[in-house]
Amino acid sequence: MNFVVPDLYQASAEIFIAVMVLVLMLATAFARRVARDLAYMLAQFSLIAAIFITLSTLDTQPSVTFGHMFVSDLLGGLLKLMVYSSMIVALLYGRSYLADRKLDRPEYYLLALLMTLGMMVMITSNHMLTLYIGLEMMSLALYALVAFDRDSARSTEAGMKYFILGALASGLLLYGMSMLYGATGTLELLGVASAVKMQAANVPVLLFGLVFIVAGVSFKLGVVPFHMWVPDVYQGAPTPVTLILASVPKLAAFAMAWRLLAWGLFGLSAHWQSMLMFVAAASIILGNLAALAQHDLKRMLAYSGISHMGFMLLGLLAGVVDGDTHHALDAYSSAMFYAVAYVLMSLAAFGMIVLLSRAGFDAGQIDDFKGLNRRSPWFAALMMFVMFSMAGIPFFVGFFAKLAVLQAVVAAGYYWLAGVAVVMSVIGAFYYLRVVKFMYFDEPVDNSPLRAPVDLRLMLSANGLAVAVLGIMPQALMALCEHAMLSSF
Amino acid sequence: MTDIPFLSLAIWVPIIGGLVVLATGSDRNAPLARTLALVTAVFGFAVTIPLYTRFDVASAAMQFTEARSWVWASHFKFDYYLGVDGLSVWFVLLNAFITIFVVIAGWQVIRDRVAQYMAAFLIMSGLMNGIFAALDGVLFYVFFEASLIPLYLIIGIWGGPNRVHAAIKFFLFTLAGSLLMLLALLYLYSVSGSFNILDWHRLPLGMGAQSLIFFAFLIAFGVKVPMWPVHTWLPDAHVEAPTGGSVVLAAIALKLGAYGFLRFSLPIVPNAAVEYAPLVIALSLIAVVYIGLVALVQADMKKLVAYSSISHMGFVTLGFFMFNLFGIEGALIQMISHGFVSAAMFLCIGVLYDRMHSRQIADYGGVVKTMPKFAAFFMLFAMANAGLPATSGFVGEFTVILGAVQYNFWVAFLAATTLILGAAYTLWMYKQVVFGAVANDHVAQLVDLDAREFLFLAALAFCVLAMGLYPFPFTEVMHASVNELLRHVTAGKL
Repeated sequence: MNFVVPDLYQASAEIFIAVMVLVLMLATAFARRVARDLAYMLAQFSLIAAIFITLSTLDTQPSVTFGHMFVSDLLGGLLKLMVYSSMIVALLYGRSYLADRKLDRPEYYLLALLMTLGMMVMITSNHMLTLYIGLEMMSLALYALVAFDRDSARSTEAGMKYFILGALASGLLLYGMSMLYGATGTLELLGVASAVKMQAANVPVLLFGLVFIVAGVSFKLGVVPFHMWVPDVYQGAPTPVTLILASVPKLAAFAMAWRLLAWGLFGLSAHWQSMLMFVAAASIILGNLAALAQHDLKRMLAYSGISHMGFMLLGLLAGVVDGDTHHALDAYSSAMFYAVAYVLMSLAAFGMIVLLSRAGFDAGQIDDFKGLNRRSPWFAALMMFVMFSMAGIPFFVGFFAKLAVLQAVVAAGYYWLAGVAVVMSVIGAFYYLRVVKFMYFDEPVDNSPLRAPVDLRLMLSANGLAVAVLGIMPQALMALCEHAMLSSF
Repeated sequence: MTDIPFLSLAIWVPIIGGLVVLATGSDRNAPLARTLALVTAVFGFAVTIPLYTRFDVASAAMQFTEARSWVWASHFKFDYYLGVDGLSVWFVLLNAFITIFVVIAGWQVIRDRVAQYMAAFLIMSGLMNGIFAALDGVLFYVFFEASLIPLYLIIGIWGGPNRVHAAIKFFLFTLAGSLLMLLALLYLYSVSGSFNILDWHRLPLGMGAQSLIFFAFLIAFGVKVPMWPVHTWLPDAHVEAPTGGSVVLAAIALKLGAYGFLRFSLPIVPNAAVEYAPLVIALSLIAVVYIGLVALVQADMKKLVAYSSISHMGFVTLGFFMFNLFGIEGALIQMISHGFVSAAMFLCIGVLYDRMHSRQIADYGGVVKTMPKFAAFFMLFAMANAGLPATSGFVGEFTVILGAVQYNFWVAFLAATTLILGAAYTLWMYKQVVFGAVANDHVAQLVDLDAREFLFLAALAFCVLAMGLYPFPFTEVMHASVNELLRHVTAGKL
């Protein structure tokens, strides 16, 4: 057996973050007095440095290393860059909130970095084992983060719920993977793809495995019927953790779904597409209907997130029609665009909750946004942008995200699916409008000025403006998504 | 034709001006915000005047076209493609014109969040110009949807006691319709590979597809017009909206739906339009007769005028779907005339409401004794609303009825009841409010029009009379385009 030294260069960002996790752990253990600030600084530094490392190792030609377990391609590179940036934003938003509640312990940043590493591994895996390792690394860090407010019964309960259901879903996924392995004899995604293409695999076993894979992926995306954890966990977790949970992992989950389904099991697309059709339609319907009844903003955003992930799946499932892969590129790019747009909006929406919260007060209720236009017209306008964007009204990025997936669905000929999506969008608009109503039409209950640090204000403003600017010029982002898909597909 | 992009100016001058007004911020700068808003509105109107003076009336083609690809969104394959023909050019002008009145109407009355108020109207005006000028399906949709946001905020922030309900109802009704339209647009794109509306006019379509598209458009535009039975949002929205909101709603927003029929339904799916015309005509007649009767029993002035608007818009859709020259031209004239008249009616009610803070007809009586100048103007507009000859209201109604006689006598007969019903509810309201003994102390203390109010009512009175006496400039512009449209519809696509 000959041992080949893997090409470490491709994985330098992952290695760097892994080293930084250790550095952070040791540094905060030794420098106890400044541990809080140090941990925050180190985490942000690592993420910013990772951006540069990934940028410098970005290669338009896909290449594999670590014995075909690790793939370095443009799609992975771009998604990783987005993961770092949204993580930077999420950590920045959460900092003052955590400090106010004495939750800004160094472990928080340690877990966040570990989670980032897990997502990076997921995004760049070409092998079901690495994918699984990445997934578990991300999930375990997230379970701990959700239960981070250990004195709060809600937070620990949410952590427990998330852990048990998450472990079950991981089990399902692993079981599905074992079936694929049994049918094709390989765990490598491209290997599975070629085995399926050559029709060398046992189809019933493959399909059996596929069902479990789709179930596992659906759980991680938080779509119906594997969505039960979403509202409780979003509500129970400390807001900065919800902020992370509702944004960054969606990118990794998208990468996982894409790599497993569109890459590894492309030959079975007719099968998984019809499963996803049900999942997407059910998510859009249930997410929007349930969100109508919520008074807790975090729960409302949780249900709205379920419907958004359903919309994202619309793009993923419109790739292949009767063996015709003509539209696949457009469809997958639209799904990726949707995922990125959703992360952007979700960060801003939860960022607003953090902005309005202060020591001893959580702005988690929709009522807490009453009269925001009186207290701060600027942030009310930004929140309005985000809400209209989520509702899919032009000129905001959410409109183009919806338009792109609907174009893909109509091009694929699934008119009924487009019809469901459209009708549910009207219902969805109601609860977004209600938030705008509270901000603009009602008088404030609480007239205290907003107390938030300057960095939070600036970043939130940039984030909100990005929602509006990308709504006029979405091409830059869309071109990136298309380019990434083209070079990796 | 010309190098100056007048249509782009008509769209973006009010929007950018609105953003500047918004930037003046708090109510301490209210005088500045008002002045800036007025300057923007006047300038925004000025840039639309060349659209009329340089319009080539002999041509049915799109004029002042601007075609650029929207490079910032090239993935979505739609273009920034603008142009006007005889069907749309007047609405751009009307919209820009009415915006000036809206700004003036809110001059003193709005004291709270002035900058936001003015900015919302200016931005909405620009977006609505975009709707009338767009020749690209997605561009049209984008403007159509985006214009909901300012009106939603206007009703919700500056409206009456039940404003939240009205605002949300307005938004959801329109959104429901327009999302169906989006599906139709996406379908048309998937068939034709283009979002260009003019390409769609030439696109061959089977009857099945035409029917589905027709109903998607019917719901989208029918809600906006509004047609019976999806009209219920309009009275709510009118009653709760501030005066300026009601003016824009009646004068411009309702025209968007009717315009949509002419730009989309008739030319894109002509066979389905002919096939289902009896349905639309039936709905229109219900609007004319039944809603006219409903207007008779209203106790609230704004509600009465709102129902009268629905009834008048029923006339418009009726005219469109008879497919003859009189019908369509009459309907277009009716739309423009209704733009002036309904704006004037709501401004008059606004004048009363600013003084008495009541819209109930029962709270008034004998207003002529204290406000003679106002009573004279109100008289003129009430007559125009009832369709008295020599006012603009007469020209449109009369022409549509002429068209209806060509089409079917009984349709014409039912349509003509509007002359009686319209006169009945308008004059009844006028009599109750203006004549009779002075009803109470509040009426006795009313002060007559000030210079600002006199000015805007006089300007509208001039328009109403001018259009009634000499409608030629209006009909001349639309002639070629209407003929071309009729030829296209008659030719069909099958």
